[in-house]
Amino acid sequence: MIKRFTVFLILLALAAIFAQLLFDYVPDSSLNQTGRYYAENAADEVGAANIVTAIIVSYRGLDTLGEVTVLFLTAAIIGLVLSRDRSQQQTAPEAVNRPGPGELLVTGSYLLAPLILLFGAYIFINGHLTPGGGFQGGAILASAILLLLLTRPVKHFSHRLITLLESVSGLVFVIVGVLGIILAGGFLDNRILPTGQLGELLSAGTIPIIYSFIGLKVGAEFSSMLIRLAETEDN
Amino acid sequence: MEHIALATGFLLILIGLYGALTQRDILRMIVAFTIANTGVNLVLVAVGYIRGRSAPIINDNLPAAEATARMIDPLPQALVLTAIVIGVGITALMLAYAYKLYILRGSLDISKIKELKW
Repeated sequence: MIKRFTVFLILLALAAIFAQLLFDYVPDSSLNQTGRYYAENAADEVGAANIVTAIIVSYRGLDTLGEVTVLFLTAAIIGLVLSRDRSQQQTAPEAVNRPGPGELLVTGSYLLAPLILLFGAYIFINGHLTPGGGFQGGAILASAILLLLLTRPVKHFSHRLITLLESVSGLVFVIVGVLGIILAGGFLDNRILPTGQLGELLSAGTIPIIYSFIGLKVGAEFSSMLIRLAETEDN
Repeated sequence: MEHIALATGFLLILIGLYGALTQRDILRMIVAFTIANTGVNLVLVAVGYIRGRSAPIINDNLPAAEATARMIDPLPQALVLTAIVIGVGITALMLAYAYKLYILRGSLDISKIKELKW
């Protein structure tokens, strides 16, 4: 009872703080200093039509490298936590008699999975032009893998292939970043390739390359998480 | 408009925290945390919104010369993109640990786990 009361008090205090913030909030009528810098200079300096992408891949590219590293760590820890007891349980006979996937699901996944993969690739290749990018495209790639996992729960996906894809993508990301130090202004500088015409597919220097590899890496990481979780469920 | 989005975000944070503090089942706590996470993202995006302006993508409708006067703040959106991705990672980690805990204890009730209780 006391516990409930404490929770209620904490939430009430937070609600009071939030109400204060909400009622005192005055919406900006113009961009602040940082936003104005990006709005004025992103198109000229980076050449990406999508300014959010310009910030993520170029201006704050180092943060994105850290973010991808966090995701890699997450996937690695999940593999570590879940695979250990998988090996313990594999000695037990797999006597699970589950009904197979339905006809609709199987046929539908054969039709949809390639289309979803293609759509994911489209999203991350056009990340510098349209709302989208590596992280969104990678999540879409992983959703195709999820569909395949639902269709064929027993089939084992190749962990080695996924790990290889992820490692190569991460390595390319870092190598392009280091090339930026040698050939252009600094780490992850995208101007080692010509920035081109604003709004063209082949523009914005190395941003399409970096974002495509981020997409592959994120897709591989999400897929490996999903596959690990699905494999533990099988036992 | 901004106030509606902000209020919804704050409400989601409160609902999420309420769930995380009162539920005993670990899976429900994880769901509550993701709700609170969504609320934080909503608040951040709402702060970057400026009334009557368009998305920060330069095209025929928004030439680069007019970008400063006609686009919303791109920085919170970049921040929230990062936050969403990290949120997925955190959720996946929590689920993996919950599974491990279930294997070890045979239960997902947090009141039965007393090692760290003081």
